[in-house]
Amino acid sequence: MAKDFEVPKLPTYLEIPEINEGVMAGDGPFKSVEEFQKPLGFPGEKVENWQEVAINKMGDLKSKYRSVQVFLDACVKCGACTDKCHYFLGSSDPKNMPVARQDLFRSVYRRHFTFAGKYFPKLVGAKELDDAMLDDWYNYFHQCSQCRRCSVFCPYGIDTAEISMAAREVLDAVGVGQKYCNQILGKAITVGNNLGLPEPALRDTLLDLEEEIEEETGIAVKYPLDQKGAEILLITPSADFFAEPHIDGLIGYGKVFHQDGVSWTMSSYASEGANFGMFIGSYDIMRKAALRIRKAALDLEVSRVMVGECGHAWRVAYSFWNTLTGVGAGASASDEFSAKLQKQLDSRYPQPQHIIEYTHDLIQRGRLEFDKSANDDRTVTFHDSCNVARATNMGGIPNGQFILPREVIKAVCNNYVDMERSTIMESTFCCGGGGGLLTDDLMEIRIKGAMPRMQALKEVEKTDAVNTLVAICAICKSQFSKVLPKFDFDPYMIVSAHQLVSEAIIMDKPQTDDSPSEEVEEASVETETAE
Amino acid sequence: MSVVSIFFTALFYISLVIFLVGMTRKIYQYWITPAPLKIPTAPTPLTQTGVVMRLAREVVLFESLFKSNKWTWLFGWLFHVGLLLVLIRHARYFWPGDLPEIFLLVQPFKYAAFAMVIGLIGLMGRRIAVERIRYISAPSDYLMLLLLLVIGVSGVVMTFTSNHTDVIMVKGFASGLLSFDWANLPTEVHFLVHIFLAFSLLAIFPISKLLHVPGIFFSPTRNQVDNARKKRHISPWALKQEQEQEVRLNETLGKDE
Repeated sequence: MAKDFEVPKLPTYLEIPEINEGVMAGDGPFKSVEEFQKPLGFPGEKVENWQEVAINKMGDLKSKYRSVQVFLDACVKCGACTDKCHYFLGSSDPKNMPVARQDLFRSVYRRHFTFAGKYFPKLVGAKELDDAMLDDWYNYFHQCSQCRRCSVFCPYGIDTAEISMAAREVLDAVGVGQKYCNQILGKAITVGNNLGLPEPALRDTLLDLEEEIEEETGIAVKYPLDQKGAEILLITPSADFFAEPHIDGLIGYGKVFHQDGVSWTMSSYASEGANFGMFIGSYDIMRKAALRIRKAALDLEVSRVMVGECGHAWRVAYSFWNTLTGVGAGASASDEFSAKLQKQLDSRYPQPQHIIEYTHDLIQRGRLEFDKSANDDRTVTFHDSCNVARATNMGGIPNGQFILPREVIKAVCNNYVDMERSTIMESTFCCGGGGGLLTDDLMEIRIKGAMPRMQALKEVEKTDAVNTLVAICAICKSQFSKVLPKFDFDPYMIVSAHQLVSEAIIMDKPQTDDSPSEEVEEASVETETAE
Repeated sequence: MSVVSIFFTALFYISLVIFLVGMTRKIYQYWITPAPLKIPTAPTPLTQTGVVMRLAREVVLFESLFKSNKWTWLFGWLFHVGLLLVLIRHARYFWPGDLPEIFLLVQPFKYAAFAMVIGLIGLMGRRIAVERIRYISAPSDYLMLLLLLVIGVSGVVMTFTSNHTDVIMVKGFASGLLSFDWANLPTEVHFLVHIFLAFSLLAIFPISKLLHVPGIFFSPTRNQVDNARKKRHISPWALKQEQEQEVRLNETLGKDE
């Protein structure tokens, strides 16, 4: 961390701060270097004619994305969004107000692409793209977690995430990339996951996990890898393989699959749910990462593709996969590319499906039994992860993405309360670490940005003695583990929804196994011989 | 015709042409620019009917703004509704010949001018008084409010004070503009200021933030159906790219063991 800062105090009521110019000014996160830039096709360092390149890129982007073009034109500066961003509420830097953040980009757009900005720049606040402006872009567009809360409240639906993605794309095009995202993307599109975990390491990790669960429960829950012909391909964030508390969620998924008796597998080729291509706004790189999943689904001949607890993964999967790679349904007959995969996928299930949708469905059909008292030491609240809440759906019913996770949680524990309405569901506050900000060099903004969520949590801690915070996003879980103690919470209070499921689920004893679970065991033998 | 009348007649046509050409170009631009990804914002409509309802609520009730800030919503809504009613009433001036009886219903709409002016004063007040909004305001943001405010106040002055203008003459001028049967216009200063700014507003429309009017209908976060899993949504440029890259796909992805 470059400088000292104060952890924000948690007020009784969330107040709108007075603006404090320049509080979050700085150099931004660590910059990427040639080693990480080149594999993604970006220049290794800031190019000579960067202004020209940047302006051309802006022109290109606004002709490819209606969102960018319309959002740059439509803003009337009504100020409705100015008190909606968690980073502004936590930092009080005015450039963290959504409209002011957009204006960094919009002022350059006006200068170069509009009549008023070309001839009357002062009048309309049009500005040149100079070094100072580019530095501001780099700094402040990496203080946006692309959580889209502003978009909910904008009368025209202007989504700062779209602008911040565009700005990051321009930055990458001129060779000023962010190290965290670009380094990770390099691993994701070559090795298959963000950690750069190769197949043998992944296999070992999963075997250890199997042993651990068997020791603890006496039940052989399997974590199949690369098992051809399995029904379900599970795509989960790689954090689930080793990070705390994520791994307890993975244990939960495994137990649910085991109990249902379904055959499932993960893929060592596509072992990552989180798609950082979205963070840097690159359609092509996002597609490249997503194509690995398509290939894994085709190669493993699965009939269902399922996604683990990961917010940005679920947004890309739910909203973008069908577009990017055809994982979905409803391809036109002439669309050979998508039709090939969609013929293979089972149209009785939504494609892709969220693990919460799957577990929820089993609960609805009475396929799972729980001992809810196993979670009686907990009073639980649910943090709607921003990308799940505002950019996806579950269950195909209106607001299903809010309803299903809550129903799953309530099915496995007795004590549940929601946080203040204006901080959940479509108005949820981001954890503060999303959108490519989950890196230690951005710790100050991460902590400040977490303040609004922490404030709402503190409230339910006081009123209802909440001691457990559930999230269904790998980034939320990592971020909360880090920031909870800064606000005097127990860092271990953050858990996966499937950790609660895992703790309450009543597993069939091995000796009373019925036929479906035998199938699973046979399948696992296959995996072992295949090795 | 007087010089003043010729000037204003010309100003009207020039402004109208700028408005029509400018707006057509902008709307065409929005129309042809693809939205390559599904990005509707929650709470999302799952059907096309839902989208129509959502846009209707946004346009008529300013639903999102209501969620966001009650004061801005109140002033903004008062202004827009006031402006709409007043504009409807202005049809009387452009109507050639005797007015049909239906215009009797529209007559009370003149009081909407107060709603419009109160709304504008409120918005201006917020822009000046609220630190956050002041921070994001450019000179053009104040001037735009001022422009509308002067148009509104000059209209109120002519309608509700003794500074009436000769409405018969106004009608002759205005309806003449549409039927190309040009006539002189009254030259009271209130009236001239009123129509000068109103005509200017037409010309400014396509080059200013007034583009929020077509913009709302083209906003992908508001006008998209949330059905990404059910139907493949792909933009022309992405499809072209997909087809071009098809051959290289296996190379990019590496080999399967």
